[in-house]
Amino acid sequence: MTNPTTPAPLSPENAAVIKLTRKDFASDQEVRWCPGCGDYSILAQTQKTMPEFGVPKENIVFISGIGCSGRLPYYMNTYGFHTIHGRAPTLATGLKAARPELMVWVITGDGDALSIGGNHVLHAMRKNVDIKLIMFNNRIYGLTKGQASPTSEFGKVTKSTPAGTIDHPVSPLSVALAAEATFVARSVDTHTEHLQGTLERAGFHRGSVFVEVLQNCNIFNDGAYREFTDREVREDRMLVLEHGQPMIFGKDRDKGIRLRGLHPEVVQLGHGITEEDLVVHDEKAEDPYLAFMLSRMWWPEFPVPVGVLRNIERPTHDQLMVDQIAAEIARRGAGDLEALLASGDTWVVK
Amino acid sequence: MTTTSTRPHELPVQELERVTIRFAGDSGDGMQLTGMQFTRTAAVFGNDVSTFPDYPAEIRAPAGSLPGVSGFQISFSSTDIHTPGDQPDVLVAMNPAALKANIGDLPAGGALIVNSDAFTPTNLAKAGYETNPLADGSLKAYTVFEIPITTLNARALEGLEMTNKQIDLTKNFFALGLMFWLYERSMEPTLRWIDEKFAKRPVIAEANKRALKAGYAFGETTEIFHTHYRVAPAHLPPGTYRNITGNEATALGFLVASKKADRPLFYASYPITPASDILHQLSGYKTFGVKSFQAEDEIAAMGAAIGAAYGGLLGLTGTSGPGLALKSEAINLAVMTELPVVIVDVQRAGPSTGMPTKTEQGDLLQALFGRNGESPLPVVAPATPAECFDLAFEAARIALRHMTPVIYLSDAFLATGAEPWRIPDLDSLPSIAVPNATDPATFQPYARDPETLARPWAVPGTPGLEHRIGGLEKADITGNVSYDPENHHRMTLLRAEKVARVANDIPALETYGVDEGELLILGWGSTYGALRSAVERLLAEGQSVAHAHLRYLNPFPANTGDVLRRYRRVLIPELNLGQLLMLIRARYLVDAEGYHRVRGKPFRISEIHERAEQILAGR
Repeated sequence: MTNPTTPAPLSPENAAVIKLTRKDFASDQEVRWCPGCGDYSILAQTQKTMPEFGVPKENIVFISGIGCSGRLPYYMNTYGFHTIHGRAPTLATGLKAARPELMVWVITGDGDALSIGGNHVLHAMRKNVDIKLIMFNNRIYGLTKGQASPTSEFGKVTKSTPAGTIDHPVSPLSVALAAEATFVARSVDTHTEHLQGTLERAGFHRGSVFVEVLQNCNIFNDGAYREFTDREVREDRMLVLEHGQPMIFGKDRDKGIRLRGLHPEVVQLGHGITEEDLVVHDEKAEDPYLAFMLSRMWWPEFPVPVGVLRNIERPTHDQLMVDQIAAEIARRGAGDLEALLASGDTWVVK
Repeated sequence: MTTTSTRPHELPVQELERVTIRFAGDSGDGMQLTGMQFTRTAAVFGNDVSTFPDYPAEIRAPAGSLPGVSGFQISFSSTDIHTPGDQPDVLVAMNPAALKANIGDLPAGGALIVNSDAFTPTNLAKAGYETNPLADGSLKAYTVFEIPITTLNARALEGLEMTNKQIDLTKNFFALGLMFWLYERSMEPTLRWIDEKFAKRPVIAEANKRALKAGYAFGETTEIFHTHYRVAPAHLPPGTYRNITGNEATALGFLVASKKADRPLFYASYPITPASDILHQLSGYKTFGVKSFQAEDEIAAMGAAIGAAYGGLLGLTGTSGPGLALKSEAINLAVMTELPVVIVDVQRAGPSTGMPTKTEQGDLLQALFGRNGESPLPVVAPATPAECFDLAFEAARIALRHMTPVIYLSDAFLATGAEPWRIPDLDSLPSIAVPNATDPATFQPYARDPETLARPWAVPGTPGLEHRIGGLEKADITGNVSYDPENHHRMTLLRAEKVARVANDIPALETYGVDEGELLILGWGSTYGALRSAVERLLAEGQSVAHAHLRYLNPFPANTGDVLRRYRRVLIPELNLGQLLMLIRARYLVDAEGYHRVRGKPFRISEIHERAEQILAGR
């Protein structure tokens, strides 16, 4: 069988040729999340974004783990694989290594990616496997009806933690950065335009993508992010990152982030403080310190950053695998199976 | 027995049918290497060979200690042999610990060659000897050759720029050279090997060559040996042969299977003894397009193999028992999604970490049943190192044709043991290619082949076949998620029937010995050699006995029940506490009895022979 090694076209130009629409990416399955769930919006933005990549839909694969997020592949009219708890990155890694021309998305949740599947996320990211991992973070176990997750805030009362959880939460983006992901971003389920833009950038990145989507579970953890994501307050309480731009936020764009030593601080522009004093976002910085700092900022001490924290280039796992095979063949010639079988000392019995 | 004189020293040559040598020393003494070099040389000469490497899990256990003893037993013969021998004829002991750990296996009258230099008070104490066995008369049952190997070897290496420690590391080649002389072997293959191995370190190469030649010369010139021995080439079926271990044959079997399936091989594995050599070997096959992947853990290796199979490659993973336990949930995903992957389990002594370098057959029931729900899958098991090639090919063939995960059960004894392998003619092997689904008009993810019940293989990238699969129960035909009670019942039966039908696609169970009669000895896996040898002996004694060896553990060959019923008694020896026994009794309602030993070692022929005699005598 053929085993193409060059990835399929991935470009807006190609998208104009292929001409798919959002509808082409909706499967015939009835969507079954709770009414009001943030997942509906993520699904919609995902379907809307897919035509932009110029990839034929037979070359797109959605692989998910277990949890509410895990159902998403059923609703995408692409190839889909709803795997087992925490292991989606492993199947995605095998598939991408086997078939580099495919565009592989991994759909996961905070429990799936950071608890049971933490090890796999770490290694898929550091190996720079060319997969686009989208983690729905609702800070709760929804499908199992409301237990604390690795991102639940300290002290949170849930069914499994009636006196409050005693576990310190992890920051998903800090984890992704420490794991050497080459593209790290955050968006919000209800901020549809921003989410669509983030997914689009994620899709065009070659290498390991980690996107955290702040997602509301209206049944078991309603309003988890309301304090800063609601329309009335979001501009004052969130920081939209833009590469090469100073970190400014606020309805009146009058606040910013300044560095004092190694620590960020919120400053009011004016009274001698100008844009010149603010940190300029650099998603392409070779060292991850700025991105790591952003991954630690959280309301109410800071505005919550959304957008692309880190976006660097490194050879991908699948490409390195292909290159290594090609280099060995160039160096030693294509393998001769008969010679291999008869290698070492042989003797003939007549 | 003939006597000729071909040597300058006119020493008599004694012709032997079979000789078994055990090299034993510290795990840092290079005993495995020594054994392997002797094996190659004997194999190239045309002897039938069978080996049993037996080494500790510690890379360097404390020097001179009993836990640090490493051994390599090789049996070579002018006739067809099946085992590395119950007992050595010659024991080479490089230190007191090696002597103590192995002397119990040497029969009275056996030859014992010891490195007398190593019998220092410190080493004797480390081995727990209160008196020196070379001096206290405790070895008088044996023919003892005390040779100051360390001193003689150091003398031979004088003038080379080497540390004492480096010099000491070559003394195994002195012992090897001595054995080459004693058994009339050419040093050439080993000298060649040294030149290749140490091409970039000429001093080390020179040292090892000098050590080897010094050992050989010592045999030739000294008067302590009064004879030397000849084992003529064996009469094996015609063909070109090479020496091969089970792990090597396994890797080659899957590589050839991928060629014959016309699909690239993808191997995902996590390092684990004694399966890691398969990872090493397949990682070296890049010029054959093999994609090898060292995963972050056992589960990831299984997941990646499934991902590759989903993508249309020949997906393979390899592990040992503890790893199989970790993979079980993901194996079930392959059962549910009906994707073809092969899981290699090189069994080792368990439970838990157990004894990682020691052999056992403890994973049979885990392979069959160690997963949640009704989870049928085919299980195959090679019987000898060379047969690992055939069964690896078979495992891949069954996986692809029947769209199912397959477990391939090897073990530590097969993996590291070696025997001559007749190199197969590639053209004579059948194609095992299966088509991908391509037609959107007729495609249904869970429609089935009427003969095998295999579902179509629709790989991503195929236009018009976009579909979703996963671990949730599938609706028959469409593959959509289904909680329908009747559908689940039907799908459970379909999965079972699909695997049961593999029985139509495998060879019948053969017997060796009487066609019907008193006793059938039934086995599986690496016990083949001991069982076959015991039955050969019993037949020669005129007993009504036969041997049958299962390569297919699930499903069993269709005639298994018929074979069992042709004998009055059935004995099932296993290196576990009766796992095949339980399956056979449950499935065929035959009052079979077991014989179980779990010592981390292969069976001895004599113990099987003895148990069979007892049964035949009505005990």
